[in-house]
Amino acid sequence: MSRLSIEKPWQRWLIRFGVFVAMAILCVPGLWVVLTAFRPNIEVLARPAVWIPQNPTLDNFARLFGLSSAQQGLPVAQYFVNSLVISITSTLVAVVIGMAGGYAFARYRFKGKATLFLAFMLSRTVPGVALSLPLFIIWARLGIIDTSFGLIVVYMAINIPFTIWLTDGFFRQIPVDLSEAAQIDGCTPWQAFWRIEFPLARSGLASAAIFAFLTSWNEYALASQLTRTTASKTMPVGLMDFTAQFTVDWTGMSAMAVLIIIPALVLTFIVQKHLIAGLTFGGVK
Amino acid sequence: MATDVQVLQRPTLSEGITAFFRSPRAVPYLLLMPAMIVILAVVLVPLLVSFWTSFTSYNLTRPDTLYNFVGLRNYQRLLGNDEFWWAFGRTFLFVTITLNVEMMLGLGLALLVNKITYGQRALRTIMMFPMMFSPILVGFQFKYIFNDSIGLVNNALFDLGLITQPIPWLVDGTLANFSIMFAEVWMSTSIFAILLLAGLMALPKEPIEAAKVDGCNPWQVFRHITLPFLMPFVYIAMTIRSLDVARAYDMIRIMTNGGPAGRTELIWTLMTRTGYQNSQMGAANAMGYVSIILSIVFTFYFYRKLTAARTFMGGAQ
Repeated sequence: MSRLSIEKPWQRWLIRFGVFVAMAILCVPGLWVVLTAFRPNIEVLARPAVWIPQNPTLDNFARLFGLSSAQQGLPVAQYFVNSLVISITSTLVAVVIGMAGGYAFARYRFKGKATLFLAFMLSRTVPGVALSLPLFIIWARLGIIDTSFGLIVVYMAINIPFTIWLTDGFFRQIPVDLSEAAQIDGCTPWQAFWRIEFPLARSGLASAAIFAFLTSWNEYALASQLTRTTASKTMPVGLMDFTAQFTVDWTGMSAMAVLIIIPALVLTFIVQKHLIAGLTFGGVK
Repeated sequence: MATDVQVLQRPTLSEGITAFFRSPRAVPYLLLMPAMIVILAVVLVPLLVSFWTSFTSYNLTRPDTLYNFVGLRNYQRLLGNDEFWWAFGRTFLFVTITLNVEMMLGLGLALLVNKITYGQRALRTIMMFPMMFSPILVGFQFKYIFNDSIGLVNNALFDLGLITQPIPWLVDGTLANFSIMFAEVWMSTSIFAILLLAGLMALPKEPIEAAKVDGCNPWQVFRHITLPFLMPFVYIAMTIRSLDVARAYDMIRIMTNGGPAGRTELIWTLMTRTGYQNSQMGAANAMGYVSIILSIVFTFYFYRKLTAARTFMGGAQ
C-alpha cells in the first residue's frame, strides 16, 4: 500500500491530524463520564467549570452499593446480579441453539432454506419497542412478567438469528473434507463434529457469544417494560432510577455507567480480533 | 454433505417419530427445530397477538376490551393523526440522515486509518469503543454532555469565550434534533468504519497497480476500483445497522423522551407513550406494525443488495 500511495509530508500530517480529531471525538465523551464518576457532586455543578478533578473520590460507588451513609441506597448490586444471570444464561442457550441452526444452513441443502434464513433475519428486525407491546400482554397473562426467566427467553430469541448468521459463515469456511476424512478414519459424525469442526469454529462461536452477551447486557427497550422490581430489573433499566422529573443525579449515574461498561469493555478487548473476523467472514465469503 | 445423518438418530429421538424424521432429509430441520420454536414463541406468536390487538380497542386498564373488535378504526385514526405523521416523517428522516452520515464518516475514517502504518491496531481498538456502549449509556452520556448548565460542550464554549449565554442543546427543538442525531452518529459510525477498514485491508493490490500504470489518478482508482470492491462491506454494515435502527429509542428515551413539546418524537417514543402511559394498546400496536414494516423494508433492501454482492464476489474469486 505504502509504495502505491506516496504522500507528501504535509499530507501525512493532515491524515494524522484527522485521525487524532476523530479518535478524540470517539474517546472524550466516555472519558468525561468516567471522570465524573470519581468527582464529588459539587465539582460537577461548579461554575466556572472544573476540568481536572480536584478531589477524586470513590463515594459515588460506595453510594451505589449502600456503603455510604448518604441518602439513597439503590439495589444496584441486585441489578448487577440480575444482569449477569440473564445475559449469561440467554447467551449460552442462544449460542447452542444458534450453532445447531448455523450448522444446518452451512452443511445441508433443504427445501425452503433461503426463505427460512431470511425469515430468521427478519425476525431480528422487529424493533424491541414494537415487540414489547404484545410481549407485555402475553407475559402478564402467563405471569412471567418481572421474572428473570421471562427476560431470558426474550433475549434468547433476539440473539439466535444473529448467532445463526455468524456461525453459518464460520462453518462454511471449514472444508467438508475434514469431517469426512475423520469419519473414514472411524469417527462417528457426532464425534467428527466435536473433534474437528467445533474446535475450528471456536473463534466464530466466541464472537457470536460476545455479540449475544453484549446485546443482552445492553438491552433497554424490552427490559424496561418487562421488568418492574429488583426481582428482575437489569442495569440499563436501573440507570433510569437516577432521573426524577427535574433532577438528575449526574455523579451517581456516571458511577453506574462505569459499572455497566466495564464488563463489556473487558470482554471486547479479550476477543476483539475475532469480533471483526466474525462480522466480515460471516458476511462476505 | 448428508453424512451426519446418524447424529440425530440417537434412540431417545427415534422414539415415536415418523419415517420422515428418520430420513436424512430431516436432519437440517431437526437441527433448526429449537431455533424455530423459540422464534415462534417469542416473535411470531406475539406478532400475531399484536396484529389482533391492533384491530381492537384494547385498553390496559380494562382487560376485557382485548376482545372488542373495532376493525380498521385504529389504523384510520393513525392516518388522520397529525402527531403520528410528524413522528413517522421524523423517524424516516432521522434514519435516512443518520445512516448516510454514518456511512460517509465511516468511509472517511476507514480511509484515514488505512493510511496510518504505525499503531493501526490500537486505533482499531479505540474505534470499537462506541460499539460496546449500551444505547441507554450513549443517551445518558450525551444528555450530560449537551446539558445547558453543566454540560461539557457549553462549559468548553464558555471557557473559550465563544458564548455568554448557554446554548439550549436539548431544550430547543431544532438543536435537540441535532443532538440526538449527533449521539446516534457517534454510536454507529464505528460499525461502518471497522467493517470498511476490514474491506480495505483485504483489497487486492494488483488491480490498483495496473490502474496506476495505465495512468488513473487517485480519484479514478478510488471511484472505479476501491469503491466497487468495498460495496459488499458497505452492505454488510448497512444490513447489520438496519437490524437495529430502533435502538435509537433507548437513546432518545433518556435524552429527550420525545420532548421538547414533541419535537423529537419518533414513532418509537410515540408508540410507548400511547401503549404504556395512555394504556391504549390497540392504537399502539397499530403503530407498532407500521414501525415493524418500516424496519423490515430497510433490512430487506440491504439484505437483497448484500446477497447480490455476495454472489458477485463469489463469482469473482
